[in-house]
Amino acid sequence: MRLPTRHLLGIETLHPRDISAFLDLAESYALLNRSGKTRRDVLRGRTLINLFFEDSTRTRTSFELAGKRLGADVINMSVSTSSVSKGETLLDTAATLNAMNCDLLVVRHKASGAPALLAQKVDAAVINAGDGMHEHPTQALLDALTIRRHKGTLEGLTIAICGDIAHSRVARSNILLLIAMGSQVRVVGPPTLIPSGIEQFGVSVFHDMREGLRDADIVMALRLQTERMSGGLIPSAREFFTFYGLDAAKLALAKPDALVMHPGPMNRGVEIDSQVADDVTRSVIREQVEMGVAVRMAVLDVLARTALRNA
Amino acid sequence: MRDTLIAGARVIDPASGHDAVGDCLIRAGVIADFGGDLGRVDGADVIDGADCILCPGLVDVRASLGEPGFEYRETIASAALAASAGGITTIAVLPDNAPATDDPALVRALAGAGEAGGRITIVPYGAATRGCKGESIAEYGLLRAAGAIAFSDGARAIGPAGLMRRALSYARGFGAMIVQHPEEPSLAAGGAATSGARATLMGLPGIPVCAEAMMVARDITLVELTGGAVHFAHVSTGAALDLIRAAKSRGLAVTCDTAPPYFDLNETAIGDFRTYAKLSPPLRTEDDRRAVVAALADGTIDAVVSDHQPRDADDKRLPFAEAAPGGAGLATLLAITLAQVQSGALPLHTALSLLTDRPATLFGLDTGRIAKGKPADLCLFAPERSWRIEAGKLPGKAQNTPFDGRAVEGVVLGTWKAGVRVFG
Repeated sequence: MRLPTRHLLGIETLHPRDISAFLDLAESYALLNRSGKTRRDVLRGRTLINLFFEDSTRTRTSFELAGKRLGADVINMSVSTSSVSKGETLLDTAATLNAMNCDLLVVRHKASGAPALLAQKVDAAVINAGDGMHEHPTQALLDALTIRRHKGTLEGLTIAICGDIAHSRVARSNILLLIAMGSQVRVVGPPTLIPSGIEQFGVSVFHDMREGLRDADIVMALRLQTERMSGGLIPSAREFFTFYGLDAAKLALAKPDALVMHPGPMNRGVEIDSQVADDVTRSVIREQVEMGVAVRMAVLDVLARTALRNA
Repeated sequence: MRDTLIAGARVIDPASGHDAVGDCLIRAGVIADFGGDLGRVDGADVIDGADCILCPGLVDVRASLGEPGFEYRETIASAALAASAGGITTIAVLPDNAPATDDPALVRALAGAGEAGGRITIVPYGAATRGCKGESIAEYGLLRAAGAIAFSDGARAIGPAGLMRRALSYARGFGAMIVQHPEEPSLAAGGAATSGARATLMGLPGIPVCAEAMMVARDITLVELTGGAVHFAHVSTGAALDLIRAAKSRGLAVTCDTAPPYFDLNETAIGDFRTYAKLSPPLRTEDDRRAVVAALADGTIDAVVSDHQPRDADDKRLPFAEAAPGGAGLATLLAITLAQVQSGALPLHTALSLLTDRPATLFGLDTGRIAKGKPADLCLFAPERSWRIEAGKLPGKAQNTPFDGRAVEGVVLGTWKAGVRVFG
């Protein structure tokens, strides 16, 4: 496959055919991973740097594992150990990384657009691993792969994304991807957590979670960050859980075979009830993590090949 | 000083409506004569004005110069260079420097720096509140006596209603306007773009568009209460302009200005996280841009200002939400305004009037006219000659133009300050 750019900064710039190609390749990596084999030739001699300005365990580990399974040399840099905490700017960091001849740069940052800024200044292919409230493209791809494996397609499915839409990069990337692939997307949450103009993305907005979940094929719960409560956007965790927490009673309104998803890490008893999260007949949360590695292998593979072709 | 004769230019004085090809004679710093063919003037330097427009030097009633306190962004000298290259001869300088212009000595120092440089006249704003901190009103009487033209907290809104009431009321006793940055602070806090689909797509914290109209509505109410005078700076939304239009028709002392980004650009300019297009107020939707153009044409807007906010590369090469808002505007003020003439949205006289005599009259400045005996503050430009605005190649220090890459028409060929050619 041929990407329009040498970076993966978001879903917004991807064509549906790029998305399908990513998912097909990721599917093959998922099978490879299950077989216990690796393909260490794919990224042999390549350097992958995980540059994380925000704490993350699962995304960083997932990229690390993906890189190692493809044979890359993987280096993890996190903000607490880097010179960024000493006042170095993002662009100074970029210059340093350039000097190290890094091939693939995975970036997470609290500010929307930070990976785009880095991408202008580094020679490496930049992969956005989550920037502020903007995008988290590999999460959307792994969610799509998980759904496609169970439902066979994304087209025509009704997918309810629930909770803090306003501050969620996962929600934005998922909405862009799912709409592009022909799903019907609903967003469900209190008005203070629904971002302005979201209906222009082609989604329907629900403030009553029961209505929003009715006959849905997929229910995605999003992590509610506790600072949203201190900011006064919702009055309390118990109020939020009562009206917007995913529990068995609300889930019963969705289709009988509706899948439950969550990007993790979960706040049990806030946005999701343990009974639902741990129900192996409905919850695919563990599989999302598994698909995460496969999707990231596919992304690293494609970007490395794109870089080679451009060289 | 030798006489200067600008010959054969299209001389436009928007205030009187004079518009004819002819000559203009500068003698001893003032306009000695102008009109048709003035014939040969012995000993005069002759400037060929063929195919050019000669208009009053531009009067820019809103700019930050960076000095004192932020000289790494711009100094008075570098701003003066950019201003004269843009045809500007008078600048009203905002008070939110470090220190803020809240002391008569600082007013005199700023005005004096303009005189010493000789390129531009600097007319300082006084701080509306001490230190521009939004707590207690400044010494309007003493500041006014020192030459402050009006009172403002610059880029910061005068937030509490009680404080604004006191400011309007007290300033009235000295015949001075309060110039407001119309944005309700509690709605704007932390915002980086106008709320809506674009901000949501880019994951940027939004400022609801009504933050402007809400402050305008409140302050109009306070003008009715106090009998004071308010001037709203860089108005950018149709809703606020509707309120101002209605207040004017009721005869209230309410006026406003806008700046080129708000009638030339819309929010799509921030795409790809372009921080040079991060402004305060933020760029708006296309509907609001059109409303600003309509308000320029119907007279609701009293002045077009540069809203020059110099920023250094280090202020701008940051993730969007962390980058400093503000755009450089001195060198591009005339050309971007003329684009509205070229598109047919504004008559030439209206456009030039918004840049010269209307702001001058509003702020009581003795400039902005081509009339016998008036100071020879003049701008000569080639209206059909084109150029490209490029960050990095602008005159002066600040390069943070939101119009980077834009092709425009209208090249300033000469600027005269009190009869002295300061540019061209």
